[in-house]
Amino acid sequence: MTADVEHGQALTELLRANADTVVEKWVAEVAAVLRGRATRQELARDFRELYDVVLPLVGTDGRDLAGADFAEIRALLEEYSRARVRAGFTPSETASSVFSLKRTVFDLAENDEDPQLFRQLMTFSGLLDALGLWTFESYARAREEIIREQAEQLLELTTPVVKLWEGVLAVPLVGTLDSERTQIVMEKLLEALVETGSEHAIIDITGVLAVDTQVAQHLLKTVVAARLMGAECIVSGIRPQIAQTIVALGIEFGDIVTKASLADALRHALRREGVHVVRRPAGEDV
Amino acid sequence: MERVPILKIGDVLLVSIQIDLQDQSVLALQEDLAEKISSTGAHGVVIDISAVEIVDSFIGRMFATIASISRLFDADTVVVGMRPAVAITLVELGLTLDGVRTALDLERGMKILGQLTARRGRDA
Repeated sequence: MTADVEHGQALTELLRANADTVVEKWVAEVAAVLRGRATRQELARDFRELYDVVLPLVGTDGRDLAGADFAEIRALLEEYSRARVRAGFTPSETASSVFSLKRTVFDLAENDEDPQLFRQLMTFSGLLDALGLWTFESYARAREEIIREQAEQLLELTTPVVKLWEGVLAVPLVGTLDSERTQIVMEKLLEALVETGSEHAIIDITGVLAVDTQVAQHLLKTVVAARLMGAECIVSGIRPQIAQTIVALGIEFGDIVTKASLADALRHALRREGVHVVRRPAGEDV
Repeated sequence: MERVPILKIGDVLLVSIQIDLQDQSVLALQEDLAEKISSTGAHGVVIDISAVEIVDSFIGRMFATIASISRLFDADTVVVGMRPAVAITLVELGLTLDGVRTALDLERGMKILGQLTARRGRDA
């Protein structure tokens, strides 16, 4: 038997003998913190699994957490953190699940005055600290992953080109415009113009919160490119503050048609298309 | 060197560019076109570039040059079928083709020339 295993033996024995009590107390403590957001059965299942994997590691202090011996516990904790991120738990709540085990085990060994056991407890405490930190790190990683995914989805989702009428397309822009997004909008719009054979496009910027010189530059480029292809663009929905910014920045829209609202822009486009929209006289059926 | 054919349809000359343009063929096209407009007395020129995928500043300037030449013979120029990628490239190159009319496809281009000719008839 190696010295390493012997080192943690007393504690291992103690933990193995009292497994059920420890897990039960551990679950109770964490359940109190989470206040019913995870059921006791779920916690009991997760913690039992963790406990079984941690037991053979008692006696090591977790300094070589990256090693092969810890692969299983690392994977397990990573999965646990990931599930917690998706379920909307805070990082402290997630990491404290691991730290709670420490107190439970300390309570268990409280009345024992064996100095050997005390040293082993200290080592065990170090191990749990390392595992707790790993949990925290996994949590952060999982969250960054989600943010990255969402950023990509946002890029795809928020640039739809819709057909308003035969020959009239619209792009409702929402949120913040940066070069990358404007580039995508520009390409999508121009492709759609060719595909649908539309001669009018309305770029609606009602949902755009801020316009700077660069964004305006991109908008102007889009309009000129569309013009080169034989289509006219109308910019609509410029907010009052943005109008002030545009004037203050000295951006010239030249002969590009701008309208206050999408409705005005549509009316303009329809007139250019030669479509007349008239209101039915009152009382007349369709 | 490949030459771009120039077709005559009624009052209109149709230039459909189906080849990768070399600088030489661009110059030849400009010469041919000038000659053809003067000999036929055409009132309109349609340049179809729907098959053109790559442009540089030289080709970009060609459109403006052709438009200027045509104007001297009192003919209007319409560039039709420009692809999005080509349009973006021209904008990035800073070529806005002022004075050149554009249309989405050949049909619309012919319609524009028809309208212009009709207006010309009224004015005369």
